[in-house]
Amino acid sequence: MVETRQISAHPGDVVLMVGTMKGAFLFRSNAARARWRRGGPHFPGHAVYAMGYDGRAGRRRIWAAPESAHFGAVLRASDDFGRSWTSEKDANVRFPEGSGSSLARIWQVTPGRADEPGTLYCGVEPAALFESKDAGTSWALVRGLYDHPHRPKWQPGGGGLCLHTVLPDPTRPGRLHVAISTGGVYRSDDRGATWRTAHKGVRAQFLPDPHPEFGQCVHKMVRHPAHPDRLFLQNHWGLYRTDDAGESWKDIARGVPSDFGFGMAVHPHDPDTVYIVPLESDEFRCTPQGKLRVYRTRDGGKSWKALTRGLPQKDAFETVLRDALTTDTLPKAGVYFGTRSGKLFGSADGGSSWRLIADGLPPVVCVKAATVHKAATVRKARGRRAA
Amino acid sequence: MAVTVSLPGALVAYAGGRRSVPLASPCATVAQAFDQLWRLHPGLRDRVLTEQGAVRRHVNVFVGTDNIRDTGGLDTPVPDGAEIAIVPAVSGGTLGIEALG
Repeated sequence: MVETRQISAHPGDVVLMVGTMKGAFLFRSNAARARWRRGGPHFPGHAVYAMGYDGRAGRRRIWAAPESAHFGAVLRASDDFGRSWTSEKDANVRFPEGSGSSLARIWQVTPGRADEPGTLYCGVEPAALFESKDAGTSWALVRGLYDHPHRPKWQPGGGGLCLHTVLPDPTRPGRLHVAISTGGVYRSDDRGATWRTAHKGVRAQFLPDPHPEFGQCVHKMVRHPAHPDRLFLQNHWGLYRTDDAGESWKDIARGVPSDFGFGMAVHPHDPDTVYIVPLESDEFRCTPQGKLRVYRTRDGGKSWKALTRGLPQKDAFETVLRDALTTDTLPKAGVYFGTRSGKLFGSADGGSSWRLIADGLPPVVCVKAATVHKAATVRKARGRRAA
Repeated sequence: MAVTVSLPGALVAYAGGRRSVPLASPCATVAQAFDQLWRLHPGLRDRVLTEQGAVRRHVNVFVGTDNIRDTGGLDTPVPDGAEIAIVPAVSGGTLGIEALG
């Protein structure tokens, strides 16, 4: 029997939520982020592709999407950093009967805008978006996207046909970007009622027409809340930036060893600073030259610098997947990533130096960071609780 | 004699801790038996079937020793007193695909 270790988190702590192919782990540190205590594995034997943290309205709620290879994926929540979780029986992200689609995987759980604390989004495979307006108690398929005429022609990427990124605009109520592999970037300006493509300039070089109306294979997209019209995008070949909310994208892959990769994260306080981990190619999805390098731009993609201090620079053929690179929100930003070989690295100085936080984990597919605030009295996540 | 449905360990939590669920009413087919089972334990339905009503790919259902994939699927007849077994398939021990993102 697997022993699940628990953590206690206090205000000011950072908690890393690490989803792997064989369960979820939580790592807790104080603000120094020098020493980490491991919790987990939670849901041992289940793949956990999506984790998220909802710190709005006084909550301290972790979301996780454990997936049984036999019995499918469910969505569960914990208000006590993993000591208890909502019941698996309350799984309610499901396609309507008669829709023709069945849930294959939950790829993303994203809180909505701060001033809409009941809103949550869930991106799934086959590519679709679900929305909750009651903080995750119930979910509904966003029909505007599901009924989009492009949807039947979207094609699976290497990880399946997934909607993996959901970016609510913090300043414009109703505006929402999503990214689909392979479909591209879609934007709604009316709370999901209607959608249009927002990936002009993003290449699909694996297609006969490299600039199709849709079909781009977006791997990750990020936005800084202080600059909501600017987004950065890691493509299946290609690094891009838009300054007009996706109306047009410019190639910013100058000074990187490869413009292929998955993970991408934006600095919490500087909209010009973005992190990526380039991979050799779609044939050899490993760090180039056996060097594990995070690349950082501090000028919005005009230039990139390799960050190597503390990272192995020899015989390190690693892979960092699309949701396995993230930042925290402390004044001196923490940056974190996990690898398919089960390593978890962290930086407490914005990426300038790195430490190995954990080794020997199952393959890491997701890393998210939460800065713990003081708990408020809030309604618990719905559902019977299971240890 | 009542038909019973046996559950794998992973689904026991959905049935109040029971490994075996007796069905009170007669049922002619697996589909009818499952309708009763879902009424007793609604959470089981989405774990065994997809939203569109198909048996999940890596789940096997047996009536006695017969896999219903070979005997008519959910329309497979259920004899009086039969045991229906829901069994995770060996093929589902991994997620199957190399998930690349």
